[in-house]
Amino acid sequence: MNPSNLSPSVEFALHELKHLLPAQGPLKDFIHHNTLHAYQHLPFHAGLEHCARLTGAKVYLSGSEYLKRKEQGDIDETFLQQELNKLGTSASVVPVNPHEKRVLQFRRLWKDHFHIDLDGKVHSFLFRLLCGYLDQGISIWSFPSGSTGFLDALRKMDQESLVSIFMHGTPRARQLLRDKKTTINDVLKLIVGKESLHGLYIFDQQFSHPGWSGLVSYLEAQPESLIAQRKISLEDLILAELLLELDELDATLGTDRNLLDPFYQGPDLKEILQPAPGREEFQTLSRWQEAYEKTYYNEVLRVLQQAHPVPAPESPDFQAVFCIDDRESSFRRYIEMINPNAETFGSPGFFGVEFFYQPENSFHVTKLCPAPVTPKYLIKQTNSQLRRKKDLHLESSSHSFIGGWLISQTLGFWSAFKLFLNIFKPSLSPATATSLRHMDKISKLTVENDHPHHHEHGLQVGFTLQEMTDRVYNMLYSIGLTKNFADLVYLVGHGSSSINNPHYAAYDCGACSGRPGSVNARVFAHMANHEQVRQNLRERGLIIPRTTLFVGAIHDTTRDEIEFFEEQEWPQDFSTKHQKNQQTLREALKLNSRERSRRFLNTPLHQTPEYYNIAVQTRSVSLFEPRPELNHATNSMCIVGRRSLTQGVFLDRRAFLNSYDASLDADGQVLTRILNAAVPVCGGINLEYYFSRVDNQKLGAGTKLPHNVMGLFGVANGIDGDLRPGLPSQMIEVHDPLRLLIVVEHSHDVALLAVQRNPATMEWIQNEWVRYVSIHPQTKEIHMFSDGAMRSFIPQGIAPVIENILHYVQSSRENLAVGILPTGIMKKSTKQVAP
Amino acid sequence: MSIFLLYFALFPLFAFVISLILPNREGLISRFALVAVASHALLSQAFSLFWILGDSPQISYMGPAIYSSGGIEFLLSLMFDKVTAVFSLVASLLTTLIVVYSRIYLHRETGYKRFFSTILLFYTGFNLIIFSGNFEILFAGWEVLGVSSFLLISFYRDRYLPVKNAFKVFSIYRFGDVGLILTTWLCHLIWHKNIQFADLSFLHETSHVPQAHWLYLLLTLAILLSAAAKSAQFPFCSWMPRAMEGPTPSSAIFYGSLSVHIGVFILLRTFPLWQEQWIGRIAIGTVGLITALICNGSARVQSTIKSQVAYASLTQIGIIFVEVSLGLEYLALFHFAGNAFLRTYQLLVSPSVVSYLIREQFYRPSIIAESIESIFPRKLAYTLYILSLKEWYLDKWMELLLWRPFKLFGLFLRRPVWNSVGWLLVGTSLLSVLFVEVIDVSDPLIKSLVASVVSGIAFLFVVRSLTERSSPFVAWTLIFANHIWILLAVGTYDALNSFEIIIYLSGVMLSWLGGLVCLRFLQQKENGLSLNSFLGLAQKYPLYAFSFLICCLGVSGFPISPTFIGEDIVFHHVHREEWIVALFVSLSYIFDGLCILRIYARVFLGPLAQNDKEMAHRSS
Repeated sequence: MNPSNLSPSVEFALHELKHLLPAQGPLKDFIHHNTLHAYQHLPFHAGLEHCARLTGAKVYLSGSEYLKRKEQGDIDETFLQQELNKLGTSASVVPVNPHEKRVLQFRRLWKDHFHIDLDGKVHSFLFRLLCGYLDQGISIWSFPSGSTGFLDALRKMDQESLVSIFMHGTPRARQLLRDKKTTINDVLKLIVGKESLHGLYIFDQQFSHPGWSGLVSYLEAQPESLIAQRKISLEDLILAELLLELDELDATLGTDRNLLDPFYQGPDLKEILQPAPGREEFQTLSRWQEAYEKTYYNEVLRVLQQAHPVPAPESPDFQAVFCIDDRESSFRRYIEMINPNAETFGSPGFFGVEFFYQPENSFHVTKLCPAPVTPKYLIKQTNSQLRRKKDLHLESSSHSFIGGWLISQTLGFWSAFKLFLNIFKPSLSPATATSLRHMDKISKLTVENDHPHHHEHGLQVGFTLQEMTDRVYNMLYSIGLTKNFADLVYLVGHGSSSINNPHYAAYDCGACSGRPGSVNARVFAHMANHEQVRQNLRERGLIIPRTTLFVGAIHDTTRDEIEFFEEQEWPQDFSTKHQKNQQTLREALKLNSRERSRRFLNTPLHQTPEYYNIAVQTRSVSLFEPRPELNHATNSMCIVGRRSLTQGVFLDRRAFLNSYDASLDADGQVLTRILNAAVPVCGGINLEYYFSRVDNQKLGAGTKLPHNVMGLFGVANGIDGDLRPGLPSQMIEVHDPLRLLIVVEHSHDVALLAVQRNPATMEWIQNEWVRYVSIHPQTKEIHMFSDGAMRSFIPQGIAPVIENILHYVQSSRENLAVGILPTGIMKKSTKQVAP
Repeated sequence: MSIFLLYFALFPLFAFVISLILPNREGLISRFALVAVASHALLSQAFSLFWILGDSPQISYMGPAIYSSGGIEFLLSLMFDKVTAVFSLVASLLTTLIVVYSRIYLHRETGYKRFFSTILLFYTGFNLIIFSGNFEILFAGWEVLGVSSFLLISFYRDRYLPVKNAFKVFSIYRFGDVGLILTTWLCHLIWHKNIQFADLSFLHETSHVPQAHWLYLLLTLAILLSAAAKSAQFPFCSWMPRAMEGPTPSSAIFYGSLSVHIGVFILLRTFPLWQEQWIGRIAIGTVGLITALICNGSARVQSTIKSQVAYASLTQIGIIFVEVSLGLEYLALFHFAGNAFLRTYQLLVSPSVVSYLIREQFYRPSIIAESIESIFPRKLAYTLYILSLKEWYLDKWMELLLWRPFKLFGLFLRRPVWNSVGWLLVGTSLLSVLFVEVIDVSDPLIKSLVASVVSGIAFLFVVRSLTERSSPFVAWTLIFANHIWILLAVGTYDALNSFEIIIYLSGVMLSWLGGLVCLRFLQQKENGLSLNSFLGLAQKYPLYAFSFLICCLGVSGFPISPTFIGEDIVFHHVHREEWIVALFVSLSYIFDGLCILRIYARVFLGPLAQNDKEMAHRSS
């Protein structure tokens, strides 16, 4: 089909649809992104209002939720009054999300004037066709007519089979399908009539199942995101759907029915997509949201400003680099608490090494770096001892006629036993997705390139010396680790473990495209330990002592376990030191489990750290546990600066922490690089949580309990439902929708300069989809970006001091207020864990 | 020993009632449900063990007559044999496991209490069925199962699809119900009494009707109809995958295992009734075989995990039907248990399929494995694929043959002219009944004619009610009118005594009035009600929703209402030659259940459009 054959109104609608439909790819690499990215060119509140009134989504908390927060003091009365004064209203006006929807008004006419539930008749079969065509391996008998295009496949099947592909097989629809020149407009002339309304019709049509349309539009742009690639386009989908509609209409209403256009009096698509003049309710809501955020930001910023910097240890016992992930922040806090002479860093969890990874005996490669990057390198695994275990329950053999007969009468009884075991004594099974199985720790990796022309899958196998040196240098420099190297430097990637969790990829490392970061940690350690690389680094002024060993490790954020790689290859004296550090890390993990568990209402408070460690591990393998962990829920800030800025404060596991030393980066070039990654990644996570929280039905996936896996790429409710992009309610229920507060430790002019270098980053900040703050490394002066400039921000009030952190983290199951941690008493207090 | 049966059959009911009045606290509710189900499971399994170790006699319990008058007896009769033992073993074990599973799985879910109460209601119905000693008790359990199914499928009542599918499944279930009503009626005709399952094997000797009589064949087919509808056998297959709308554990236990095998149970239970009916047995085997074949095809093309398991399970149930028809009772029981366990587990682990299969694919040279069909000639392959994907047009035919005629007829009845014609009919039928009664016509032909016409008019009320688009009051009252007209019809040729009439009407009348009060209140609060779309008012007025549901059950002759017995009495009075009346009355009972739940669904279920409220897309 030649797109130029389409009428301008259809062209326009297609363009807008691709822009506005949800952009979530297949589940296997769940990449967090701003759910309302399509509105990001507008200022935050304007974008939200536009989206709400166009699609009927709810974009703020409910009025009652705001009022409750005000009552609890989470919305400060003074701030609220200040904000409301800008509108000239008072706090007595109760905020409310008005119910308005401008899409789907044209489509309603089918029901109102023709008394036909067209969606009800067409969707179910359309989704089945589509799911069958795109299926990644659930069906035993896959779509038979190849994958040269969705419409092509349908056409071929309609022509060459004894029954029509259409439910009713009406002649007009079949005729139009067979003619390869048929365009969207041709079919619409028979359904709608007037060409000027064609665009609006298909816009409404696709917005009646945004999940499927969004996926198709995503796959059209990125077909490689499916392992078994399928050619498909939004145009194909629309045409197929129109033909199915025509078939249904012809069969039920006859061919001499009325067209739809005479019944429509409303605005056209252009008018509908134009942001309408502001509604008062949204103005009010936006002020309440601002006051809510301001109350929180004020608390955070005053803590950062008033806490005394904790100097980094002169000769640290060991150093550990973690992912910037918010879930690592409490782990780091406990490590430093148990051993104040340990030093920790944060860096995006792929540790600056980007590559594709191929496990031994596998035929495919998987990307281990941030989603937008396309690596040129391949890391292969060899000598693996790990054997995959099978689970017949998840294979298709029991679904056949005879296989099913045999299996149900044999394995069937075993299933009862397995169910019994898993319910009363959950344990790791082949059905569990776990970070620890991502890579066999005993295996070998081909990190070094032995020959520049050694290519597989079109990728260079391993890195050359120069490439390794660059990566090690850049990473260490960006986090400010250029001197005072300890004997052992741990690189700790992270991943998660869960069962019965189609969203498993969302729990792994976002910087590794939704995979565990174990391979990256190991690859980086290998590079940094490399004799030649060290030599080259020395020439560039980065001196790593001979006595320093880099160690790759993986932290399972669900199970709070840690594993180290290549232990067997270390010299003896490292092992002794490592034993001691390992002790520290494992203690810290137990305390970390304890702190996390306060959020799980059905785990009791006031138990021993060991108890919690076992509890979280059981949770990760329990079939019936829809909350293996809470992932990024409650995330609210991203702090780019030295650890000394954050070490003395309690931030309640809500902060992404990226290490950065402004003194090594006067012009902010490194900062620009950091923010280019951190703003979209952390901002994307934050806003996906925000929107899934405020409208879990339209912008989130709803509760996951009834979810059904569709074609291995998505979830839907039941078998006939639309795909549900976004996050399920179990992931967001404890989240507070606050925009991400990005705090950069630098002077405000360099901070601004650093973001202005990249217009894409600047758009986030300019339109305030994240809030951007600088804190001066010496004077601690704070500036916040608002209304187009960095403006001085003077935090109100005195930051609270948390006397006993270990008691504090069990004092409530809700969010805990940030506060200053008194220095010195930390080590002592670890001994006091109750009971 | 037989007194234990009373406990097994009725304890779940007791637990269900208690669960309704428990305060809405997660820990309390789930602990209560667990203790109730687990203790029941332990005791019933201990009982079975004891029974097996003994000489495994068939045990029956004859309770007091709940109703007894004029040769009509309604006995609380229970029974236990090997079929009950196996079904009880599987059901109690799986339900216990599912309750434990759901305690944490449903944590923080709105409707936590509703879920556990519904599971207990389901368990009540299931146990009533498997422990039942006669068709009356079995039918009571059957009804309970149907309603609990509706409530679990529409558990997420604030979305459109669960409500739509719940209604769809319920409407198929009504066919099963009518099969059972007809079965009871035919038994009355053949044996002139309420038969007990315990007597089945020597019933033939007491029969007044010769063995080869077509009534026996009809009886077998009626049983097959109810079994096929409940077990989603041909031609009812397509409801089963659509029932997967509730939380995964409830889908697993209902549609993976227990509920969907209940058709097998009723076949096994009534085996002595039809074992001599070769045509009937061939029919049962054929239905099973067709189901196995077409569902196997559909299972192979499903690209969603739950529908795949659903069709795979149906395939096996089809084979079980074949086994039953061949008289392989033990094999069928064994196969049932294995299939139930397997599918429950498969549905429970179904969300794991993403990570598992994607990992597996990594280690295969081609992502998509080739199947046997790749060697088929292309034309055959395409044809079979399309047919399997279209679920063999079963949905379409069901719509076209079963619902379409009634819908069209109802639309026809909605024409304004019928408003006056309706009153005319009301007048004529009253007059004609009066005429028969007062003049005391003795000509059976005239009586029969009048009865047929009046019952036909009764049915018209229901059809009209089913297609009422605007006023719930009209729809609701038409159902009441239907009940009155059924009484009139039956009363024309056979004297109903006043006690019988009171039994019949007391339930209907009270529930009807109660329903009116609920609707009236809501109409005032909401400034008008309509049946044109789903209003979702249960979210706003949960208490009214619950009260109205109780009224619905009352009006539709659910076993909580005396009308349940009343309906049985009415059928006693329908003679063999009154088959037209029998037809209209049973059609009325199918459809009034539908009308009533339709009113409930439209007014109380579905998305609620309101400020500050999250509302899912209609398609999700």
